[in-house]
Amino acid sequence: MAKRIEATNVTAYYGSFKAIENINLTVEPKTVTALIGPSGCGKSTFLRSINRMHEVLPGARVEGSLTIDDQDIYDRDVDVTAVRRMIGMVFQRPNPFPTMSIYENVVAGLRLNGVRRKSILDEAAEKALRSANLWDEVKDRLGKPGAGLSGGQQQRLCIARTIAVEPQVVLMDEPCSALDPISTLAIEDLMFQLKDKFTIIIVTHNMQQAARVSDRTAFFSIEKTGDPGRLIEYDNTQKIFSNPSQKKTEDYITGRFG
Amino acid sequence: MGETPHRSADAGTGGTRVTQSHERPAGASAHVAEAPVSTRTPGGTGLGGGGALPRARAFGAERAFRGLTLAAGSAVLIIIAAIAVFLVTKAVPALRANTESFWTFEGWFPNDAEPKFGIGALAFGTVLSAALALLVAVPVALGIALYLSHYAPRRVGTTLGFLIDLLAAVPSVVFGLWGREIFLQPVHDFSLWLNKYFSWIPLFGGDGPFGKSILLGSLVLAIMVLPIITSLSREVFLQTPTANEEAALALGATRWEMLRTAVLPYGRPGIIAAVMLGLGRALGETIALAMTLGITFNISFNLIENGGNSIAANIANTFGEANETGRGALIASGLVLFAITLIVNITARAIIYRRREFTESAA
Repeated sequence: MAKRIEATNVTAYYGSFKAIENINLTVEPKTVTALIGPSGCGKSTFLRSINRMHEVLPGARVEGSLTIDDQDIYDRDVDVTAVRRMIGMVFQRPNPFPTMSIYENVVAGLRLNGVRRKSILDEAAEKALRSANLWDEVKDRLGKPGAGLSGGQQQRLCIARTIAVEPQVVLMDEPCSALDPISTLAIEDLMFQLKDKFTIIIVTHNMQQAARVSDRTAFFSIEKTGDPGRLIEYDNTQKIFSNPSQKKTEDYITGRFG
Repeated sequence: MGETPHRSADAGTGGTRVTQSHERPAGASAHVAEAPVSTRTPGGTGLGGGGALPRARAFGAERAFRGLTLAAGSAVLIIIAAIAVFLVTKAVPALRANTESFWTFEGWFPNDAEPKFGIGALAFGTVLSAALALLVAVPVALGIALYLSHYAPRRVGTTLGFLIDLLAAVPSVVFGLWGREIFLQPVHDFSLWLNKYFSWIPLFGGDGPFGKSILLGSLVLAIMVLPIITSLSREVFLQTPTANEEAALALGATRWEMLRTAVLPYGRPGIIAAVMLGLGRALGETIALAMTLGITFNISFNLIENGGNSIAANIANTFGEANETGRGALIASGLVLFAITLIVNITARAIIYRRREFTESAA
């Protein structure tokens, strides 16, 4: 249920602007990897290129190779939708479908995959909501609009929606930045549990969060505005936060820069 | 509540904090509009106002503006009431003079010594032609709108959108002329073909002549309502939050699945509103139908034979030679048309209202 991700010389553009350059990085299965760095350093861009969401924007493109268990997802004859089903994504702001109920939101991905039978959908919805630690809070109002939940609940609903299709990898783009500390804690707890089944990659601005939740940490940075973002250091989280080998990393995590 | 912030702002800086208010007039900076009042206060020591609080003005721009908006708001009610009174007083005598049933009689002879007229055939023609026009226009319009908002490259989208809006600016009499002079021939040929192969369906039966039919009128109407529905629903589709579109794509949706999961449900109230506006135009359309329909007074589902009529078209065609009773009869028919549009609008509102739980939180 979890796969290894290997990025080789990944370079991403927005039109003629090069956002990240030559990223090389390997993510082991069933680990949490945190991507940290100052704003504009390309960590979100890199995250979005892992499930080919980067190319959704007009003019955006990716070069280099990204393999999931040795299969290149940027291969010409790979189906983009299959890639995105395998690599789920949770966004910065909770984005449940506003016109759908809680239940409909969770099973939306399964419906897209052609699952029609009610019993299968019900079972999957309960399983996903339980995994997202949301079942007890919403089990009596599954038919109510998903947008009526609190921000933290909405984000867990989005996580449930993502894991309901049983992806191999879950990408999280600053999933807690719009949430209060208690909701943040709930999501961090959730990440510990989800690690048993999924490979998780999380972008975060919060260094304490990176230190708390991740096994490995990748530090991205840019020389100056307009330059492409580069991977500066990638190591065990413990090492990065206690004894980084790069001066830039140390400056960043001690707050002297960025 | 116009005065409330004024008082509280002055209260905060007056009294004990007189000296401070000289350097940093908090009341003035927060409510610039109120500043002149404080300076005019007798013995005032600054914009923040030391000493006694200034009295509320008996008359000022605030009240004048409130009065103006109130007058504008009431004007709507007065105009509506005046129109209603006018219509009813004109219509009632004619309805009294009618020697046949207004609802069921199929014919329109209100100018005779014994006036005979009925709304049935006209109302039927109005609803049938408008419904048929929507049936044709809505799928095409939604298709164009989705293409413009989500498929077309930006340049193409803008140009096409402009052309569509241009179509909305064409006067209806031009559509009528075009329908009558040019579009009639292809519709006539198409009707013959339909009649040859599908005459077993009552809609396409009959022995002719074909051409100036409900079909022609509806198709012209469809072209006329197309731009309204297209540009409104395009606007609605463009407003779909990117976050929702990306959520669908990230779940592995294709472009069409994304439109179905995120864009169309989000735009539903807007689509309904657009369709209702289109229907409103189709129901009220006058001259284009007067020029393209065959003008008969019978209730028939035959779409291709010469015939058909509508309330608005009938008013345009017969107003010129109408006498007192005739005009009253036409006004009565106008009231019926008004009732039909009202029912359509209420239905649309009800549909939107029923889903409010899901659409209000959409923003």
